[in-house]
Formats: sequence, C-alpha cells, structure tokens
Amino acid sequence: MEIQENKSTLVVEARNEEKVKKIWKTAGILLAITVAEFIMAFTMDRGILLYALFIILTIWKAKYIMMEFMHLGDEVKPLFYSIIVPLIFLVWLVIALMKEGSDIFMYRW
Amino acid sequence: MSAHSTAIGVSSKRSVWGGGIEPMKASYGKLMMWFFLLSDIFTFAAFLITYLSIRVSYPAYAGPATDFVGSNEYWPVPELVFEAVPFLHGIHAPLVFVGIMTFILISSSVTMVLAVEAGHRNDRNDVVKWMLWTILGGATFLGCQAWEWSHFIHGTDEGSVLTYVNGLGQNVTETVFGANLMVNEYGPAAFAQLFFFITGFHGFHVTIGVFLLFLVFYQAAVGVYDKRGHYEMVEKIGLYWHFVDLVWVFVFTLFYLI
Repeated sequence: MEIQENKSTLVVEARNEEKVKKIWKTAGILLAITVAEFIMAFTMDRGILLYALFIILTIWKAKYIMMEFMHLGDEVKPLFYSIIVPLIFLVWLVIALMKEGSDIFMYRW
Repeated sequence: MSAHSTAIGVSSKRSVWGGGIEPMKASYGKLMMWFFLLSDIFTFAAFLITYLSIRVSYPAYAGPATDFVGSNEYWPVPELVFEAVPFLHGIHAPLVFVGIMTFILISSSVTMVLAVEAGHRNDRNDVVKWMLWTILGGATFLGCQAWEWSHFIHGTDEGSVLTYVNGLGQNVTETVFGANLMVNEYGPAAFAQLFFFITGFHGFHVTIGVFLLFLVFYQAAVGVYDKRGHYEMVEKIGLYWHFVDLVWVFVFTLFYLI
C-alpha cells in the first residue's frame, strides 16, 4: 500500500523573482529609514523640528509595512478604507491629549 | 445561477452587498484578523498617546547631555537611559542595543513576508524554511527584551539621588538604583510605569506571535495545509506578525528617539 501521508495534491509554483526582489527592496527602505533616524538622533539638536521629522519618518515606515508587507494596498477599496478611515479618530486623540498634557504642565510648574 | 443577482429594482451597486458573493474579496478569517488588528491599533494608540500626554506634562531635561543625571523633576533623555549593551559593562553605547533589537524584528517581518509569498505558491519547503527564520527572529527579540528589562530594573552602578515619597508614606532622600513601579533612577515614576506597561504589552503580543508562528511552522511541516488545499493560515498569522513589527516602529520612535 502506498504511503499517502505526505503526498501533496497542490501544484508547487516556481519562485516569482520579481516579487521577492520587491520584498527585499522594501526591507532595504525600512532599514535605511531606521539608520537615518539613528544618525539624526545624534547629530541634530533636540526640538520640535527633530521630533516632527521622527514622526514623519515613522509614519512613512508604517505605510511601507502596511502597504507592502501586509498587502493592504492590494485589497479592495471598501476593505482598505474600513481599516484606514477609523484611524482618523486618532488624530483628534493626539491633539486633545497633547493639549491636556501641556495644560497640566502649566498648572504644575 | 449567476453570482450577481439581477432582481428587479436592485441597482448593480447594491447587488454587490445582496449576498452570494464576497464584496471584500477576502475570506472570513482574513477579514476578522484585519478588524482585530484595527481594534489592537486603538489599544496601542491609547497607550502611546497617554505616554505623549504624560511626557509633555513634565519639563524636559534642558542641560547638556553629558551632564545628565536622573531626577524625578524632569523627563530623561532616552539615549542616556538606554545605553547599555550585553557583555560590554560600563561602556556608553547609546541606543545600540535597541537598534539591534529593531533590526532583528524588522528582519523577522521580512522573512515572514517571504513565507507568505511561498504560501501563495504552495511551496511547503520554502514556507517551513522562512517560518523557522521568523520564529528564530521573534525568539531572539524576546530574549533581547528580557535583557533590556533586567538591565532597566537593576539599573546603573551609580544610581541617582532622589527625593520621593516611599511606600510607607514617608518623604525620603536616598540613592535609588534601577526601576520599579514606585520609583526609578532615570526620571519620574510615570516614566518607568509607562515603559513597563507599553513594552510589556508589546512583548506579550510578540510572545503570543511566536506561539502562533510555531503552530503555522508545525502545521506546514506536517502537511496540514497541503491537505486543506491552501496556505491562507500563513497569511493570517503573517498579518498579526507584521502588526507586532508595526507597533514596535512606533514604540521605538516614542520611547527611544523622542
């Protein structure tokens, strides 16, 4: 009797070199942004400008992870927007709590 | 029977949602993973925005970085708190270790996406290979985080002289070493509390992730997905793993850079 256990009925397709290349390219970009952040942390003065740059670069990295690694960009529009649109609420939460924090600072010191 | 129902009075747009087809063009499991991740994004966002809010409610350390001493009067400079590397005791190496941790986690995300790509091609050997690399990356990251926590808790050789209210309600001035939820040598009590909570919650997610990765690795290796006819589970767990990486990107910026 033939051993059936590890017999696959699925057809294995050949590697898609272009796709793999794109993955490594995205990895390279993420690494480059992180290295840039590192260099900035030691060469630039601490302040609003540096912090703003850090946050922009972080969101840029997040975009690459979500679009390229999680393939959100390849999903249909209704799914794409039902994930992205609710995140707009966070913008308000950031503004409200930063204001709250700086007001506490004013009272405390 | 056609997938698009053409009932009288129903516009073609509405018929998309009329049943019988998948308007999102994604399986139930994948959709639910996405909505779980959305809710998790809100949880982490609440933690991280709380960190920002409490941070701006304290004065920032304003003097030159070389003269920095820990105090509960102002928020510490992160690169002067996180500056130790295993086996290099006493050497000032700001952010080097956390840089290595970030590199490890991003790399494990890359190997994960390669496993997902292999899954699309039904290539069991490649899936198993890349899953193994991803598990290795995740476990190494957890090990690094354990060391980071241990160092944070035990503190530096010098410690810092702080005035604070201790557990008995007494106002004391003494040299504090390391960190706990009451007091820490680096900055205000909230600094260590938030560090423990946020990196701990993230580490908990990584731990769950490593278990799930191992499950996928095992099931792929014994041929469960071949029998099932598709490798979608690799994709779903992959989404979770990338999310863990995504959160770390924000934790890294807020805790270690800003």
